[in-house]
Amino acid sequence: MNKRIVMTVNGQEHELLVEARQTLLDALRYNLGLTGTKEGCGDGNCGSCTILLNGQAVNSCLVFAVEADGQEVLTIEGLGQDGKLHPLQEAFIEEGAIQCGFCTPGFILTAKAFLDSNRKPTEGEIRLAIAGNLCRCTGYDKIVRAIMKVAGDKDGKGHG
Amino acid sequence: MAEHTVIGKRPPRIDALDKATGAALFSADIVLPNMLHGKVLRSPLPHGRITRLDTSKAQALPGVMAVITSADVPAFQNDDEILMPMVPTLAKKRVVFAGQPVAAVAAKSREVAAEAIGLIEVEYEVLPFVIDVLEAMKPDAPLVYPSLQSGSGPGKKGASGNLFFSAENARGDAEAGFREADVVLENTFRTQTVHQGFMEPRAAVADVGRDGKITVWTDNQGIFKVRELVAKFLNLPLNRIKVMPVEVGGSFGGKEHQQLSPLCALLALKAGRPVKMVMTREEVLKATRPAPASVVTLKTGVTRDGRITAMEATMIYDYGTSVGMPGLEAIFFGSITAFSLYRIPNFVIRCRDVLTNKAPSGPYRAPSAAQAAFAMESQMDLLARALAMDPLEFRLKNGVVEGDPMVNEWSFGKIGFKETLERVKGYLAEHAPPEGKNRGRGVAAGLWLTGCMGSAAHISVNADGSIVLVIGSTDMSGTRTAFAQMVAEEFELPLSGVTVATGDTETAPFSIITAGSMTTRSMGKAVYRACRDVKEQMCRRGAAKLGVERDEVEYAAGRVRLKKKPNESVPIPDLVKEDYMSPFAGPITGTGAGEMMAEGTPVFAVQVTDVEVDGETGKVTVLSSVVGQDAGVAVNPTLVEGQMQGAVAQGIGWALFEEYLFHDGVMENATFHDYRMPTAADVPPIETLLVEVDSGAEPYGIRGVGEPPIVPGPAAMANAVMSATGVRLKELPMTPEAILNALKSK
Repeated sequence: MNKRIVMTVNGQEHELLVEARQTLLDALRYNLGLTGTKEGCGDGNCGSCTILLNGQAVNSCLVFAVEADGQEVLTIEGLGQDGKLHPLQEAFIEEGAIQCGFCTPGFILTAKAFLDSNRKPTEGEIRLAIAGNLCRCTGYDKIVRAIMKVAGDKDGKGHG
Repeated sequence: MAEHTVIGKRPPRIDALDKATGAALFSADIVLPNMLHGKVLRSPLPHGRITRLDTSKAQALPGVMAVITSADVPAFQNDDEILMPMVPTLAKKRVVFAGQPVAAVAAKSREVAAEAIGLIEVEYEVLPFVIDVLEAMKPDAPLVYPSLQSGSGPGKKGASGNLFFSAENARGDAEAGFREADVVLENTFRTQTVHQGFMEPRAAVADVGRDGKITVWTDNQGIFKVRELVAKFLNLPLNRIKVMPVEVGGSFGGKEHQQLSPLCALLALKAGRPVKMVMTREEVLKATRPAPASVVTLKTGVTRDGRITAMEATMIYDYGTSVGMPGLEAIFFGSITAFSLYRIPNFVIRCRDVLTNKAPSGPYRAPSAAQAAFAMESQMDLLARALAMDPLEFRLKNGVVEGDPMVNEWSFGKIGFKETLERVKGYLAEHAPPEGKNRGRGVAAGLWLTGCMGSAAHISVNADGSIVLVIGSTDMSGTRTAFAQMVAEEFELPLSGVTVATGDTETAPFSIITAGSMTTRSMGKAVYRACRDVKEQMCRRGAAKLGVERDEVEYAAGRVRLKKKPNESVPIPDLVKEDYMSPFAGPITGTGAGEMMAEGTPVFAVQVTDVEVDGETGKVTVLSSVVGQDAGVAVNPTLVEGQMQGAVAQGIGWALFEEYLFHDGVMENATFHDYRMPTAADVPPIETLLVEVDSGAEPYGIRGVGEPPIVPGPAAMANAVMSATGVRLKELPMTPEAILNALKSK
């Protein structure tokens, strides 16, 4: 059964025809061609498909596309603005937090949602906040450093 | 050490921008017009005979464009599929592990493909199976590969029953060595089956041209290896297959083999349309190639003053159904790397590789090394305790130096084991062990022979003097960035003046697989030689233009100049630009190729792990981790640190959480929820100590760095748990339950 939905993705309104059982992840990747969002497990255990739904980090493999009807979605493709990288993207690049890069979009978006709600986190809080995202390459050290750098640099502004 | 301007610096990875913005393309991101979707039907049984296989209902389903079984595979017409675990072992008559492919379909949508799989009718005669490696060695065990028994199978020396490979290696007189010892300890250690755990599930896209030529995109550790395996599967010449470069989302040894792309290519060929296939995580865990479980028994003798006199080792490795994965043999990587760290005058090493009804075992970061090192380095800790010696001092006392033999009697070249031990010792002198109840520190060392094999590189010079490097190696650890640094170093250019292009199997010269920590070495040598080739051509052309002999000029920062009068020079653009009137115009291109070097460049890693064990629950908290490594000359220290930290985290998972749990011969924990890999909350900050001992190898004295740091991880953890609690766990993983049981029986 198909259903018509309207959602705002990266600031642009999209009208799509989705199947009732289709996940939001699937709609983003297949219907909209936004392949920056990755599928690592398909059952909510790895965080690779993390996107922001109305500013909240969610595993898009666990959300039905129809649930996003009328909602606002941010994917990795929409994070940088006006041709400028988001500070988290810059920090991940600079700190060596990116190796294979498959988990990177999910980590960056999880970190964004977290920093948006917690401007002065400790290292321990950051580690807990990203514990739903798996990375097999980095040992997390440089990812944590990249997030700490943004949290420390920004003094509560500029990473919104 | 030579002074470098770009080598040794920390520029960000050149692929990082695309990866940070979602622009990087992995195989599952590839979309082609008219593309079909493929799916695999897999065996639900660990062992069975196929009595009926009927695909007619699936074929008849609207939207199904191709169905394949073993009968369609050209490679299996004369050979048994089990002999080829590097490609999908599409079952002929028998299934030998749960997850083995039985059939595959391509259909107009993923939904139709899934429905078609459900319509394939298979009936099995259930056969007895064996999962445990020691059970498999018993005389009445079910036979995984019966023709081994008759001697007609693929087994090597001494093969019989489920024993696929058997070998021995000895030096000196072990019995005499034990008589000389003051302390002799004998222990048996077990490790579990673990998966590489790459984040990107296996995926493939295959297209077929009008002429029947096949183009493949797939996650890989080498596009030329993919080409070889797809060609073998389809029984086609190499030039009928073209493999495209893609970003690869982690592999750690797990993507050398091709479990999907050959099926995808065959489906595309049959359907005459492009096909995409993506494995689920369950398929990845059940049906790709995890690392072997092991049982290692060690008997070791030492004198009172801490000198090792003798060792007897029996290594049993669980091959699953792998009868043809080269380089995995315990005798080779396992024994050489676990036992060559120390001077052992007398030893006997027995290796047994055994078949079980599990997915074929495959390589995982430093294949076979961490298993044997778990035994050896746990044993070293027990010996140091028995002698009341500091574990680092005990290792320093017995550690190898340049000129010492490995257990296979290769000789160590320039190595940095003692330097690494000393560096860690110095660090620990300033960082006391954690204080308090149930807290402790463990130390372990590891060795890996980082390799070097033949690869080639092309360079062309743009009219403005900028450089394009074309390579065909798969980048897993940041090798493109390392090569860009090498080219920038050689041409004295900023990194922005260097382009690194990864070609496909037709546009790039041959590259060996990305494995064995050897890409920076193997391809680096080719890149370095290509730079030399190009600079030589520039100098010849420059000398002619300046009207002098070749010997009178040299290359310097984008110019060719007179050695004696550096101010007289010609800029490179004047030597290569398009100019119909100049005899010095036209392209300059260069090539470089490297050769195989069997013994590679040995690398040592020393890890220190501090833990706290919860006495109520048995849970281990890793407080901190330090890893020192002999890194040769670090081309990009940030990337080397990243390798070391990633390996430490994998070691934590191997030591504490990860395992394959089987029920009725089927893996029952095939999700990331139940196959638990470490999260950021499980892993501490990881301190890295780079010990740069020039390897003497071309170029720059570098060494491979990716695999060594995982080798000591699990043993360092077991030694830390011992230090914290006084109990010795000889079996992995050290789950809370296992630790609690050990504490109770203390």
